[in-house]
Amino acid sequence: MFGLTALELARMQFGFTVSFHIIFPAITIGLASYLVVLEGLWLLKKDEVYRDLYRFWSAIFAVNFAMGVVSGLVMAYEFGTNWSFFSAFAGPITGPLLAYEVLTAFFLEAGFLGVALFGRNKVGPGLHFFATAMVALGTLISATWILASNSWMQTPQGFEIVDGRVVPVDWLKVIFNPSFPYRLAHMTIAAFLSTALFVGAAGAWHLMRGNDNPRVRKMYSMAMWMVLIAAPIQIVVGDAHGLNTLEHQPAKIAAMEGHWRNEPGAGVPLILFGLPDMEKEETRYAIEIPRLGSLVLTHSLDGQFKGLSEFDAKDRPNSLVLFWSFRIMVGLGMLMLLLGVVGLLLRWKRRLFSHRLFLRFATLMGPSGLIALLAGWYTTEIGRQPWVVYGVMRTEDAVSNHSALALSATLVVFVVVYLTVFGLGISYMLKLVGKGPAEGQRHDGASERKTMRPARPLSAAPDDVDPIPG
Amino acid sequence: MGIDLPLIWAIIIGVGLMMYVVMDGFDLGIGILFPFVRDREERDTMINSVAPVWDGNETWLVLGGAAMLAAFPVAYSVILSALYLPLIFMLVGLIWRGVAFEFRFKADEGHKAFWDKAFAWGSYIATFCQGIALGSFINGFKVENGAYSGGLLDWLTPFSVFTGLGLLAAYALLGATWLVMKTEGKLQADMRRIGKPIVLVLFVVIVAVSLWTPLAHEAIARRWFALPNMVFFSPVPILVMLSTIALSGTLANGSHALPFVLTLTLLFLGYTGLAISMWPNIVPPAMSIWDAASPPQSLGFALVGALFIIPFILAYTTWSYYVFRGKVKAGEGYH
Repeated sequence: MFGLTALELARMQFGFTVSFHIIFPAITIGLASYLVVLEGLWLLKKDEVYRDLYRFWSAIFAVNFAMGVVSGLVMAYEFGTNWSFFSAFAGPITGPLLAYEVLTAFFLEAGFLGVALFGRNKVGPGLHFFATAMVALGTLISATWILASNSWMQTPQGFEIVDGRVVPVDWLKVIFNPSFPYRLAHMTIAAFLSTALFVGAAGAWHLMRGNDNPRVRKMYSMAMWMVLIAAPIQIVVGDAHGLNTLEHQPAKIAAMEGHWRNEPGAGVPLILFGLPDMEKEETRYAIEIPRLGSLVLTHSLDGQFKGLSEFDAKDRPNSLVLFWSFRIMVGLGMLMLLLGVVGLLLRWKRRLFSHRLFLRFATLMGPSGLIALLAGWYTTEIGRQPWVVYGVMRTEDAVSNHSALALSATLVVFVVVYLTVFGLGISYMLKLVGKGPAEGQRHDGASERKTMRPARPLSAAPDDVDPIPG
Repeated sequence: MGIDLPLIWAIIIGVGLMMYVVMDGFDLGIGILFPFVRDREERDTMINSVAPVWDGNETWLVLGGAAMLAAFPVAYSVILSALYLPLIFMLVGLIWRGVAFEFRFKADEGHKAFWDKAFAWGSYIATFCQGIALGSFINGFKVENGAYSGGLLDWLTPFSVFTGLGLLAAYALLGATWLVMKTEGKLQADMRRIGKPIVLVLFVVIVAVSLWTPLAHEAIARRWFALPNMVFFSPVPILVMLSTIALSGTLANGSHALPFVLTLTLLFLGYTGLAISMWPNIVPPAMSIWDAASPPQSLGFALVGALFIIPFILAYTTWSYYVFRGKVKAGEGYH
């Protein structure tokens, strides 16, 4: 299809399905912790606003959680269908980590999700709060396992290769590999930030439409505080993550910066914009700030780091893609910082809830967290290329022997089904958001049920909202 | 090491797969039966009879995939890449019907018919693909140097298409007998009526597969028909026979739970027969569970988590079914 090779199609297919998938867990992680905060504040302050917000966001959480489970089902099989040589080679390490993730997720679903979603009238407030907290903890533990597995592929250690496959030697080293703490922190904060921006946009949207009430104000205000706090922390963590990458995956950094070669004794400029050209080994139309690259990456004015030309041509990741995916992420991060700071100023001037331009800005920033998160993942994953396990196994050796025709056909099926299914799911979620948090609302019919029967996450969402738009 | 870790994992995955077949089998069966029930209210009752438990049923499928990768990475990579197309379509079918199932509740009246069709189609596709996968598994896979070396369409054989259709019958019968157990009145009577011919079809399928496999695979023939094996294994076909007769009888005589229990017995016997034919291979015809297993460091590490958490999942599953016992009544708004 379009002259793409089987390897490229396999990567596109995996990239497409995992991109759809990651959106849901990211919001799940963020909303789960948000629900803990809401319920904690309600228990502490006994203000009904928090309880109403808990009800409102827990229905949206349920829909989101269900879509994460559905899209995750595919991931559990795609490693084998599309990357069979990778699975056979690295399965002894990535397999157990993935199994732990799945076990954690199901343990959480089996044990606490039901109580959190449906048990409000059945267990005491303390126990219910405990269940909510356990759900949030479970999402974080799940993320930990997945990121341990992913980070091990980026910075592998604690293994040896016996008979053509990896054998774990030290599980602690495998899990706590060099990039793991940075990636875990960066991703967790990204999930919190994405959720805050989403919640904040929902609040701003309602305020713009004149739906001004204490609940909308509260969620909008909480979200803006969260953005103000989390955005700068994320920038610091991201910087540390970058330095870690420079240490362990210098080619990735060179590609992200469009940096090809060093002049003797000179500092490296920071290229703001440009078009890295993989063939000519230069970044065309570069607009640069002298020495800033050195300052950011070596924290000194004339420090140097390896340029992409210093790596074998067959070991270079695609600079054009990385340069831009990285800048999209950083650019959106800066806008988030701006949103947080301006929000603080407006709060101080008592115009946070009424400044129309700012409300519009906050609404537009709603998806920015998720876009930045995806751009960040593209940067780190495409930056790992041409390796699937960095320095150990090449992606071209990992891919199953499927023809381009087979991969094209299944890719089309995935695109059509995913856009339909998750498009409707997201539209349904946005419809729920559009209804806004009601006072003492009763739309969570599920919790009013008389019998203590098990229920699925999606039955926590209202039945009077049709998923099909229009 | 005295403990046979690959064996323990093979048992865990084998039991998990059986759990999946049994539990997702009857709710896929509900979808397969949908075209035969036209009444809106009856369809609602059918859906309600599985609503509280269906998503837990798919738990076992995800767990199975992850456990295979952890414990038998070579088998996972060979089987999944060999069955690329049927598995992708199975997953797409499962997603499609799962979402249709949920959105059916939320949809306006005008959109319900669309989701009904989507639910049925997804169920047919997922089941047929699973049956194809089963047939290809029995046929075995071409393996060179520990990797799949066959073609894209090796799974497409008369036998696998036959098992695909056979599994449709098996799940339909699970669904029908589940409904006999869970419902009353006209729907229950309809299911008794629909169930009878399916019993016959399924019996023919089981007999055909039981004859076809030893004829096509010498090793399987030797496994079954050599002495003394033949004596040890003879209860399996005899019990299949008895269960089928009992099943026809109980469908007719007004029992509620027995038809479902007997269908489960029938499937369990089929599964046992399969295990006897395949043992100890996880990638037929020649790769055993020990050949395909992860190193002990991986098996042991993952086993700690599995042994700790699987009991919780089992307990929760049992509890879910326990509180959901009894009949589902028409018009009972519960889901």
